[in-house]
Amino acid sequence: MPAVSKGDGMRGLAVFISDIRNCKSKEAEIKRINKELANIRSKFKGDKALDGYSKKKYVCKLLFIFLLGHDIDFGHMEAVNLLSSNKYTEKQIGYLFISVLVNSNSELIRLINNAIKNDLASRNPTFMCLALHCIANVGSREMGEAFAADIPRILVAGDSMDSVKQSAALCLLRLYKASPDLVPMGEWTARVVHLLNDQHMGVVTAAVSLITCLCKKNPDDFKTCISLAVSRLSRIVSSASTDLQDYTYYFVPAPWLSVKLLRLLQCYPPPEDAAVKGRLVECLETVLNKAQEPPKSKKVQHSNAKNAILFETISLIIHYDSEPNLLVRACNQLGQFLQHRETNLRYLALESMCTLASSEFSHEAVKTHIDTVINALKTERDVSVRQRAADLLYAMCDRSNAKQIVSEMLRYLETADYAIREEIVLKVAILAEKYAVDYSWYVDTILNLIRIAGDYVSEEVWYRVLQIVTNRDDVQGYAAKTVFEALQAPACHENMVKVGGYILGEFGNLIAGDPRSSPPVQFSLLHSKFHLCSVATRALLLSTYIKFINLFPETKATIQGVLRAGSQLRNADVELQQRAVEYLTLSSVASTDVLATVLEEMPPFPERESSILAKLKRKKGPGAGSALDDGRRDASSNDINGGVEPTPSTVSTPSPSADLLGLRAAPPPAAPPAPASAGNLLVDVFDGPAAQPSLGATPEEAFLSELEPPAPESPMALLADPAPAADPGPEDIGPPIPEADELLNKFVCKNNGVLFENQLLQIGVKSEFRQNLGRMYLFYGNKTSVQFQNFSPTVVHPGDLQTQLAVQTKRVAAQVDGGAQVQQVLNIECLRDFLTPPLLSVRFRYGGAPQSLTLKLPVTINKFFQPTEMAAQDFFQRWKQLSLPQQEAQKIFKANHPMDAEVTKAKLLGFGSALLDNVDPNPENFVGAGIIQTKALQVGCLLRLEPNAQAQMYRLTLRTSKEPVSRHLCELLAQQF
Amino acid sequence: MIQAILVFNNHGKPRLVRFYQHFPEEIQQQIVRETFHLVLKRDDNICNFLEGGSLIGGSDYKLIYRHYATLYFVFCVDSSESELGILDLIQVFVETLDKCFENVCELDLIFHMDKVHYILQEVVMGGMVLETNMNEIVAQIEAQNRLEKSEVRQVL
Repeated sequence: MPAVSKGDGMRGLAVFISDIRNCKSKEAEIKRINKELANIRSKFKGDKALDGYSKKKYVCKLLFIFLLGHDIDFGHMEAVNLLSSNKYTEKQIGYLFISVLVNSNSELIRLINNAIKNDLASRNPTFMCLALHCIANVGSREMGEAFAADIPRILVAGDSMDSVKQSAALCLLRLYKASPDLVPMGEWTARVVHLLNDQHMGVVTAAVSLITCLCKKNPDDFKTCISLAVSRLSRIVSSASTDLQDYTYYFVPAPWLSVKLLRLLQCYPPPEDAAVKGRLVECLETVLNKAQEPPKSKKVQHSNAKNAILFETISLIIHYDSEPNLLVRACNQLGQFLQHRETNLRYLALESMCTLASSEFSHEAVKTHIDTVINALKTERDVSVRQRAADLLYAMCDRSNAKQIVSEMLRYLETADYAIREEIVLKVAILAEKYAVDYSWYVDTILNLIRIAGDYVSEEVWYRVLQIVTNRDDVQGYAAKTVFEALQAPACHENMVKVGGYILGEFGNLIAGDPRSSPPVQFSLLHSKFHLCSVATRALLLSTYIKFINLFPETKATIQGVLRAGSQLRNADVELQQRAVEYLTLSSVASTDVLATVLEEMPPFPERESSILAKLKRKKGPGAGSALDDGRRDASSNDINGGVEPTPSTVSTPSPSADLLGLRAAPPPAAPPAPASAGNLLVDVFDGPAAQPSLGATPEEAFLSELEPPAPESPMALLADPAPAADPGPEDIGPPIPEADELLNKFVCKNNGVLFENQLLQIGVKSEFRQNLGRMYLFYGNKTSVQFQNFSPTVVHPGDLQTQLAVQTKRVAAQVDGGAQVQQVLNIECLRDFLTPPLLSVRFRYGGAPQSLTLKLPVTINKFFQPTEMAAQDFFQRWKQLSLPQQEAQKIFKANHPMDAEVTKAKLLGFGSALLDNVDPNPENFVGAGIIQTKALQVGCLLRLEPNAQAQMYRLTLRTSKEPVSRHLCELLAQQF
Repeated sequence: MIQAILVFNNHGKPRLVRFYQHFPEEIQQQIVRETFHLVLKRDDNICNFLEGGSLIGGSDYKLIYRHYATLYFVFCVDSSESELGILDLIQVFVETLDKCFENVCELDLIFHMDKVHYILQEVVMGGMVLETNMNEIVAQIEAQNRLEKSEVRQVL
């Protein structure tokens, strides 16, 4: 007889399900569901009290509807009522509904907790189990607060039934995982360890899971579990397959428990007690021996179970990393699996071997499998397996096999799955750099990467090759020659143009002696690609051209011709236009000496962690870079990183691999930071908060300000002529009105409203922002009955803002009739982080009298926030990563408005960050996260606001990867509460 | 820890969805869809593990799945679980369903969704493995049925 009797289900439910299944279309299905929802709703709301059976039936229907993908927003109360039924089946469905549908911060939690409390106290083991299940499934903090103290008692009570103990152990584990602080350690811990000796294997299994989790935090408290676990394991491993009866699974005794025990042992170093250790080694050997025995069954379940234990045994051996004999056996076993016909085993073998490769005892043994692994990379049908093979090749790479592995990976790249190309590219780039004996090989490899998978070569990779070429003068000539040849290809990837442009601009002179690569040839080669490239690349090429004028005076006339062309000087893109104008002027005004100084070869880059490695780590999480990090295997290998003297102008960064965020966290140089300028394209990508002098950046900035003494504040003056549409200089407009700051503050957390109003004029704002772009509508209303004349609103960028924020405005009609409103559209692009808002200057004549007014335009850096949702764990991890003092800004301030949680929430959301629930242990606090999107870079921001209602104070903490941004955001936001 | 257990048919219709971490309804459905598309395009004879599930937790999580006739059983687990162990667990769950329903088929899962949940609850609790012994699980389910019958009889 089947355990579930199919006959006596609920008829109404079966009919409903059949109806749904008979629906011919999605629409019909939705219609039927809505009808049913209405029916259930009316039944629940109706006057007639429903009996338990009907409630059960309706709750079951709701569960079914939920499964089909419809949100259920009622019925919770009825489900809670079912909890207090004394009928098992009603209680059971009530609990099921709650564990599937109730959000951990539902307001019903208190009622649910009450029912749970009663069931836990009922001494009815079935009810107790239901209650424990519910706590474990919901696992919320409130439940933890209510029950964390009771559950250990139930767990170790002498009279608890096995099934209750089992459930209590897992329930406690779940609560501990959710909120470790709530679970009090105490004398029960010792008794939990002794559950490892329990007669009932199910209890042991649950206890092992619990101990494995608890002991990670308090290893000493649970140390006694080692010997108990070893003896339990030994009894299982040496038992005949029939000894454990029901726990024998396809002829393998208690595979699940064995795996769990082996996992538990991986929380500790090898046992100190010689007898225990001997027994354990014996177990491990037995498992390895059994692997060689003929299988007791042909079923895949048998081999799965057996191998689950075997793989866990190998993990433990690798974890101990102290028994050369076992390590080699493990390696041989994995070697066998590499060629096994079961894909799963090949996958797991590749994965385990990756960890084995980092052990000094087995590294050589792993290397012997190189051909098999390369073959796997080429022939496996499954991308997950190929990915593991690539990981393993990366892990087993050292000086002796680097060339072979890199060339195999390059070959694989040509056909690799798109999903893993970028990662392979990073790996190849890292290996090539790390094991480069001669740098010409390195340069070849990277250029090959660009050729084969240009789209997947991220900025980090090509910046890195530029850094290295700049820093190593023995490779510069070769690099110039090679890129020159690579650029000959009729279709070459844009990244190749970038690398080529940069390298030739720096070192083109090294190959200029050869008539085949004479300066005019180099220039026309580069310029033939110019029109096909993106703006960023064209900007880089313009910088290359100005460098050419310095390197090869004979190209000056040609290049000036190019710069002077209308397509450059009047380019719609501000960046290109500015470069063309500035470079053209620079090349005509400056003497050769000045040119030579300004356009000197780039100084070597200060060494820090390879940006590629940082990227790979970000991609793969901690541990991904292990092949490079461990260092113990190959301590002398950091030639490139180590061989370069840091430039004197910068502080060398501490411990290159210490920080996951890597470069962003680098402290700013000791020298005063160069002002960000139009040429920041390259500055920022090297990621320092205020980077070194760079091509096209600071040199001409300094140059311009020296040459233009009359307008030291305005490097833009040079632009005034060729760009007639440019804004008037700041000196043309008055200072902002006194209340401008206050008006600006009103718009930090909102986008629409009235910006300004007096007797004559009203200015309304409506704006929307997405990523680093924004559009703002300004509405100018003439409140008088007289026409405004010469009406001219303009946007002005004070100081450096021009380089940080691009605002395009359209002219508006010069006359505004009395009572009329005109609209002006502003397109805004955030180029990089900025601190001061642009100014809006409005001038007009009213009755013959000139009026002028300057306001701050409500564009603040937080408008470019993109909210980011993340789990508590991620939040804290990132929070910790941003722990440098300058990354944090904090303010403690008095509340200026009533402290209302909902209002605060709305303001924070308006500010732009995501609000994260269940992150801060204190529910009163607010925690948010977001990314500020600018064209040049992204700044991750985390924030925390702690209200103190008693003191009427707030504490606000901001952490971002850029110091000025933290401070600025903190100031902006602090004024809102 | 097991983050989620998804059972859907060859057309992606969900038949059992159990999350051990709260996600809003639309995200749950999105995860089911995304997972379905990930496993659908895989042949039957390739590896049963894959990385993915970008919606659940990222690279520390794996999807471990098995395909039985018309149904896919997918467990989303973190790195603390043994991959082969989870494959065994799926098998235990399916064999238990088979014992409880006698030759289980997709229709049983549709019409007895509640029962399927109860059986799963005897195997996995709060994302952790509660019991792997099939006889023990079946015994628990039988005990539940006896209780249910006695209650029905009381009503009659």
